[in-house]
Amino acid sequence: MQHADKAATFIQNESKTDWHNASIWRAREKRDVAAHGIPEWEHLRELASQIKDNVLSNLDHYLVQFEEAATRNGVQVHWAATAEDHNRIVLGILQKNKLSKVVKSKSMLTEECHLNPFLEANGVEVIDTDLGERIIQLRDERPSHIVAPAIHLKKEEIGELFHEKLGTEKGATDPNYLTEAARQHLRSAFMESHAGLTGVNFAVAETGGVVIVTNEGNSDMGVHLNKVQIHCMGIEKIIPRAQDLGIFVRLLARSAIGQAISIFTSHYHRPKAGGAMHYVIVDNGRSEHLGREDFRNGLKCIRCGACMNTCPVYRRSGGHSYGYTIPGPIGSILTPGKDLKQHSDLPFASTLCGSCSDVCPVKIDIHEQLYKWRQIIAEEGHLNRFKRWSMRLAGKILSSPKAYRRFGRLARWALRVMPSSMVYNRWNDWGKERELPTAPKQSFKEWYQENHPAS
Amino acid sequence: MSKEKILSRIQANKPAARALPDIPAFEFATSDLHAAFTSLAEANASRCLSLTSTDEMANFISVQFPEAKQIASTYSSYKGNVDLQAVTDPSELKQVDVAVIPGQVGVAENAAIWVTEEDCVHRALPVICQHLILVLSKKQLVGNLHEAYQKIQIDQSGYGVFIAGPSKTADIEQSLVIGAQGARSLTIVFID
Repeated sequence: MQHADKAATFIQNESKTDWHNASIWRAREKRDVAAHGIPEWEHLRELASQIKDNVLSNLDHYLVQFEEAATRNGVQVHWAATAEDHNRIVLGILQKNKLSKVVKSKSMLTEECHLNPFLEANGVEVIDTDLGERIIQLRDERPSHIVAPAIHLKKEEIGELFHEKLGTEKGATDPNYLTEAARQHLRSAFMESHAGLTGVNFAVAETGGVVIVTNEGNSDMGVHLNKVQIHCMGIEKIIPRAQDLGIFVRLLARSAIGQAISIFTSHYHRPKAGGAMHYVIVDNGRSEHLGREDFRNGLKCIRCGACMNTCPVYRRSGGHSYGYTIPGPIGSILTPGKDLKQHSDLPFASTLCGSCSDVCPVKIDIHEQLYKWRQIIAEEGHLNRFKRWSMRLAGKILSSPKAYRRFGRLARWALRVMPSSMVYNRWNDWGKERELPTAPKQSFKEWYQENHPAS
Repeated sequence: MSKEKILSRIQANKPAARALPDIPAFEFATSDLHAAFTSLAEANASRCLSLTSTDEMANFISVQFPEAKQIASTYSSYKGNVDLQAVTDPSELKQVDVAVIPGQVGVAENAAIWVTEEDCVHRALPVICQHLILVLSKKQLVGNLHEAYQKIQIDQSGYGVFIAGPSKTADIEQSLVIGAQGARSLTIVFID
């Protein structure tokens, strides 16, 4: 099913769509307040972008430097070319240590690799410990937003879910009460688990450490209460120096939710006494994406979600309509590189308004990439028939002044005389939720010639 | 070998060299670091107080947390009643009602405090305790995060963390709830 079809289903519940839109827009507003509070904000964005440019141009070197430093720190480093490799490596670490219960803090990478179903199929219990992730895990859903995975759910739905799964009172919807129930539930999961698994926000090449940010503290609970800790990271998470963290940490939480910093910014460098620490460095298509000149900037992403919060299409279609782990504008420029045909609808899930590029903390040219993907999708013949023919027709009309004038006259006449059932036909997508304008009798050009006969 | 495969693909695909920029010294606009820190800390739902002696701290804890049974302290001039050295399994620390830990650096722009493994004895302590008290001197305050990263060495400890408030979540309809998985409250005590 295409994005547009899923979005059509999503917007059927009008009040929920309005709520979703407003609730996510609030995050964008908070981001603005936080960003405007920093006089050097634009300078920080520029530096972040330049540092990431440097990282992409030296990625092989930095990864080796990172591995060497990490090994010196006593960390075991594993390399995974594909999602399958990643999953096998994680399972291998668990099996070698005879561990069958894992607590996981938020990681979009493990979502991308479908780690949970793989581990479960191999007899490992996985508990997601970010509250939003736990909610969707209990609902057997996937995240609809990379920062707030359960943003699509109302508290009534969560109350119902917790009543069924965690035994909270029926009909209870108070977020404080529900969070307390989750706290008790997750705290016992932390105590009973065998290994802690996390994603990675930043991997520092010079020190060999990884940095993970959370508001709940669930990463630290999972990592510190278990002897074995595993951190899974995409190759693009590298930053060169410890001082670069100053730039990225200042940008990340402000861009995401308008917070000056996340509550916990945890720096892990060495295993705890008597414990073991593993990194799994994952490629899964990233090195290939690095070779796409027009699109490699997408690898600079620090997963703040600002582009989603600002996107008028995302806010009104919901994260699930994108059909991929990373939804919204950034997802729409990363996915065509994974499978052009399967995701050919996503670059069209945008108005090309450019707001995503304006808020991106690392200055990814998101809307330009969306436009470029559209051209590639058209060239490679993945447009649907309606879009292909209408574009061809529009191309013909717009490239010939004569045809353009003739078509304009025809359209103005048709809008005036055709009954509305014919105007609002099933091919008129624009007219589905909108009134078409009243057609004037003449074009501007005709009006001008009539009123300025001398010129 | 995955490593060789990945590295050779990167070498083949990476763009032309781009220089790593220097990071300039960004100055923090406000000169009263303590006032700036306090107002941000309160915005993060932390509580700040200034005390002149550790006696006052004991008094504060008994008033603020009258029901607290287990108090663990790593702050040298305040003794709790939990022998942290005797704890072998960190999950035992879930019984800790109040933990008192010295911080190393406080950041005025975001009210975050740098705490390391050595300050905590157990890495889990600041996150697993029910209520957290971090102790700082006003002299340990810096303006922004760049200054903080200049001052600390992130790999000096096996684990270090900036803590900026009590554990919180907004995952249910974006309603802010304090006390998710970590400590339910954070009090920052300035002793000078």
